[in-house]
Amino acid sequence: MAKVLVVTSGKGGVGKTTSTAAIGAALARDGEKVVVVDFDVGLRNLDLIMGAERRVVFDLVNVAQGVAKLSQALIRDKRLESLWLLPASQTRDKDALTDDGVRDIIADLRTKFDWVICDSPAGIERGATLAMRYADEAIVVTNPEVSSVRDADRIIGMLDSKTVKAEAGEQMKKHVLITRYDTGRAARGEMLSIDDILEILAIPLLGIIPESQDVLKASNVGSPVTLNDAASLPARAYTDAARRLNGETIAMMVPTEQRRRFMDRLLGRRAA
Amino acid sequence: MDSKVEPQRQVMRLRGRSYLAFVFSPFMPIVNWLEEIDATHARSPGFFVGRPIVLDLSAVDLSSHGIAHLVSNLESRGIRVLGLEGVEATGLDAGLPPVLSGGRGCAIEQAEPKQVEDQRPPTPSLLLQTPVRSGQRIVFAEGDITVLGSVGSGAEIVAGGSIHVYGTLRGRAMAGINGNAAARIYCQKIEAELVAIDGYYQTAEDIGETLRRRPAQAWLDGEVIRITPLN
Repeated sequence: MAKVLVVTSGKGGVGKTTSTAAIGAALARDGEKVVVVDFDVGLRNLDLIMGAERRVVFDLVNVAQGVAKLSQALIRDKRLESLWLLPASQTRDKDALTDDGVRDIIADLRTKFDWVICDSPAGIERGATLAMRYADEAIVVTNPEVSSVRDADRIIGMLDSKTVKAEAGEQMKKHVLITRYDTGRAARGEMLSIDDILEILAIPLLGIIPESQDVLKASNVGSPVTLNDAASLPARAYTDAARRLNGETIAMMVPTEQRRRFMDRLLGRRAA
Repeated sequence: MDSKVEPQRQVMRLRGRSYLAFVFSPFMPIVNWLEEIDATHARSPGFFVGRPIVLDLSAVDLSSHGIAHLVSNLESRGIRVLGLEGVEATGLDAGLPPVLSGGRGCAIEQAEPKQVEDQRPPTPSLLLQTPVRSGQRIVFAEGDITVLGSVGSGAEIVAGGSIHVYGTLRGRAMAGINGNAAARIYCQKIEAELVAIDGYYQTAEDIGETLRRRPAQAWLDGEVIRITPLN
């Protein structure tokens, strides 16, 4: 039974695309058949993060408008057999997508994959509402700071009212994924704590992804962080999150960079 | 004794009364105009039934025979012509409706069926079992609002009566909006952006730091909002 998952946030730049690629790749590595769908028409990024930008021929808009077949637009990942990408169009804008077009594509993808992961654009307009419209579950990505959390709260309200599932009176399953978490700054009260975020958003926690250079490194080489360096802290946190999505119970780790802390102590610096 | 009762002579009284009539203004060619009448008829059958209709023939040039033909055409559609307008009375067939003059235009009010009044008793209270999220606005002018979860920053609760929040109030709460000065706002934890009762309000800046994050109630003391801890 296919699951359609939307990765959304409201605010931009919090890590939706990074998280879509990382979780999609982690699920695929565990043997699931996964497609990641870029809904950010006009500002596509997922193809870059997945390292597939040189192989894009047709895109989501082409399929939605019937110009291309779904099989022509899907791009298979070179590292993982069961990981696929459906890219967005860079030359169009969000109005090129229609509700019916998206519905048909999602229904089609459901028959072909175990997981359909929709990377939502930022904002609360058409692109974002269409990305969440046909989802079964949602990952709400937030950074530990107030504006991002408030936008996440707003998006949760929309997930509970604007999706097909919500309109049918069903409860949509929602998870919060906290990204760019810095233990040192949280300890000094410079960021919202995990407890504060969970109290405000009142939905279950899927994972805590540490702030890390590894994320940037991975995106620079066009690889999901979970594939680039599977042993890195963010990769492990994403892998755990993907397994929790798949129903496994894994203890939540608040990630800490032991090495840097040790160096800091050695040099008599405060954790930065 | 003879008595003779004179039958009282009935005086014929003439009284004037004005009625509202629809005026039809046919245009050439008549066939097209009749098609339009048929289209209107198809959209709302029975629209013309029983309504007085006056034909304004000033835009067309019809012979007496032509007018008679048109009138009978309309009659076959269930439209009865009360009178004619815009033609000379001389030379018209006696069987035709009379020629009228001196009509004045007026607006026609569409009589709409009155909506059936909702017979259910008004609900005095609205219960929200899920958190109110940022950007949501809940308005319940009829009475109290109870929220079992929290009210997010950027959310708004507007009630005619009191507001009860069994979580954290981070957004705006406006109670007693219809002039109910006795309305109050209660919450488990106050971090509100704004509280208002009957139009008087306080913003987050005015709420004392000592109260923040504590259970509290807000009420109106004359023209001043008072916020006091609940424990």
